[in-house]
Amino acid sequence: MRAYLVSRLAQTALVVFLSLTAVFFLVRLTGDPVLLFLPMDIQAKDVNEFRQRLGFNDPLPVQYGRFLSGAARGDFGESLRYRRDAMRLVLERLPATLELGLAALLLAFSISIPIGILSATHRGTLVDYLGMGGAVLGQAIPGFWLGLMLIYFFSVRLHWLPTGGMGGPTHFVMPCIVLASFYAARMARLTRSSVLDVLGAEFVLTARAKGLAERIVIVKHALKNAAIPIVTLAGLETGQLLGGAVITETIFAWPGLGRLTVQALLNRDFPVVLAAVFVISVTYTLINLGVDLLYGWLDPRTRREVAA
Amino acid sequence: MKAAAIRRNGLGLLGLVLAAAAVLAALAAPILAPHNPFIGDMTQGLRPPGTPGHPLGTDQLGRDTLSRVLYGARVALFIGLCTVLVTAIVGGLLGLLAGFFGGWSGQVLMRLCDVQLSFPFILLALTINAIVGLGLRNIIISLSAAGWVVYARVVRGEVLSVKQRDFVQAAAALGTSRARILFRHILPNVAPSIIIVASLQFSQFIVAEAAISFLGFGVQPPTPAWGSMLSESRDFLYVAWWLAAFPGAALALTALGVNLVGDWLRDVLDPKFQV
Repeated sequence: MRAYLVSRLAQTALVVFLSLTAVFFLVRLTGDPVLLFLPMDIQAKDVNEFRQRLGFNDPLPVQYGRFLSGAARGDFGESLRYRRDAMRLVLERLPATLELGLAALLLAFSISIPIGILSATHRGTLVDYLGMGGAVLGQAIPGFWLGLMLIYFFSVRLHWLPTGGMGGPTHFVMPCIVLASFYAARMARLTRSSVLDVLGAEFVLTARAKGLAERIVIVKHALKNAAIPIVTLAGLETGQLLGGAVITETIFAWPGLGRLTVQALLNRDFPVVLAAVFVISVTYTLINLGVDLLYGWLDPRTRREVAA
Repeated sequence: MKAAAIRRNGLGLLGLVLAAAAVLAALAAPILAPHNPFIGDMTQGLRPPGTPGHPLGTDQLGRDTLSRVLYGARVALFIGLCTVLVTAIVGGLLGLLAGFFGGWSGQVLMRLCDVQLSFPFILLALTINAIVGLGLRNIIISLSAAGWVVYARVVRGEVLSVKQRDFVQAAAALGTSRARILFRHILPNVAPSIIIVASLQFSQFIVAEAAISFLGFGVQPPTPAWGSMLSESRDFLYVAWWLAAFPGAALALTALGVNLVGDWLRDVLDPKFQV
């Protein structure tokens, strides 16, 4: 178990290292980085001065080494726009994103899993058609359009909810729905198919043959086993949730990491972009590590493989 | 079982109709569109749907919404098609080679895929797009660079299992050249997976392009792309709901159609397939 954890953490470090390297070189491959880092209307003299000060006149390997040694200490330099430490800026925004993400995750789970289970246990009935029809529709509706339409109905027409920003509980409603929509539909479809798979398994047949009540068969025997693919998807799709946060936060002016990243990209504020890439890839791989550890608990069969 | 089959076919048919409508809109936009999508009459700005001559209303510059939505189908499908082709060819070829020859280069490729998959797709495409620049060509490059890994992984996995089958072993024993084995014996058996992935990726690419353009990157105004139209519509949400409603509805219906066709294709070609 310990060896497994160590190797997984090493893998996480590799992932983070490679994504940072890729972004670092992409920025430098596509033209003069100084021009990317600076506003358009700057004088040529100032450009050179900046280039010297930021160290862009050094050879590329030297720049890369400096970048890596800084990154290892969590130092990505100063945000060009805010004139503040890039990493601190990113970390300040992280809680807002995690709060929204967690709330959306809870919402997505509490809607999609019951729908998926009901569709499976009532296969071929109206419940199934409505549930799955909704899921297919939900999967096709782009989150940012849903966001605009919600703002139109609930803010512009009805004046029920604020259009954006962070404040009371009402600020959570629409961003939460939009972010949850990014994966509730897939979650519902997967829940249905994995519950259906399990319901056809022999141990469910045995449980029924024993004369157990249908409710107990489903809750005790089917659901725990059906949970494995659902947890896998939940882990894999956390990335989509982080990606969805970029869009959701932009629509609703939510002061989180996603919006900061988009603004940093628009402003060509690459120290902040690199710091955000760092935090996002660390978060994502750690969540997936957590999901893998959950398997051991859900499915004891994988424990031995992990130990081996 | 039969009811399920009919439901599947029915949904597949609905998908085909929606997708065909989008293709028709894209191909026949110059014929179907009542106005020039780029030029508007400033005196006719922000007219609501139902205005004579403008069934879906006009935008802030007096441009006809219907015409822009129709031309938007062109942009969306063109980008989707190009990206799917590029990713299928690049990712598919890399997957074929990695699966067939194996070895350390295959391992390296798969680790690279792992790294790339450890980053949210839309954020990856967005970051690449912000770096390589705006415009139609660059959005295709960005989406392709972010999207090829899915093919590489799926195809490699399939090749690894097809490679072990008797007919491949037999062909090898007969002294068939490796290139011929790869393209005549293995590729046709992997092709269904490539088609399924392509159909499932297609709508993802269209929606991702719209999202990226919505955020201010990708396709720029005045090009009538659904994403950039939605982006512009945000400033007029209080006075002109139709500017947000119609491009988004067109995008959602196209994505729905393509998704349904993709699901149906998967059921027909390989019901056990999981991406």
